[in-house]
Amino acid sequence: MISPLGWLIIWIGILFDILGTVGLIRFPDVYNRLQASTKCVTLGTFGIMIGIFLLKGFSPMGIKALICGAFLLLTSPVAAHALMRGSLHFGQKMWKGTVIDQYGVEKLGGAQIEKED
Amino acid sequence: MSLIFSILAIGGFMCLFRIYKGPSIADRAVGVDIMGVLFVGITALSALFYDLPYLMDLAIALALFSFIGTIALAKYLEKRSLDD
Repeated sequence: MISPLGWLIIWIGILFDILGTVGLIRFPDVYNRLQASTKCVTLGTFGIMIGIFLLKGFSPMGIKALICGAFLLLTSPVAAHALMRGSLHFGQKMWKGTVIDQYGVEKLGGAQIEKED
Repeated sequence: MSLIFSILAIGGFMCLFRIYKGPSIADRAVGVDIMGVLFVGITALSALFYDLPYLMDLAIALALFSFIGTIALAKYLEKRSLDD
């Protein structure tokens, strides 16, 4: 009973991984790419870890997979936020269809949005 | 098994395409970040398939180094020093 569930969760994780990398190619600017791909790839890799834990049970490999999944779930969004803030301070402009940029107006003295041409 | 590794390798090649093509340096940093997390999954799956438990330790270390590398890239983009 527990083994097909593990394989199902591993396949769902792989599906999320591949959809996240497709989002990395298809979206128009840095911020869209980062928010599309970091969520999908984090959840996908966490799903792979949970699947390995369900397949292996409370063996050393299963416990290490659980620890690695918890670590990824904690650190990957933090890294994505730091990267996004860094690229905003670097001067990377947003896509020209962006509606509002509150952080840029408050902290950087003007919205960081590409001009329409 | 080879199907799973092929699918994840296609994802890795998409990240490599973004690193090669990306118009600015921030795009390349995003590609490196995503590829690091993807490789953690690949390493864990090869630990499962080949039944080698030490590859799981390698996956934990790879996740740690990917995190530290991304933080360093973000600091570099923000034009601040590392101990600031």
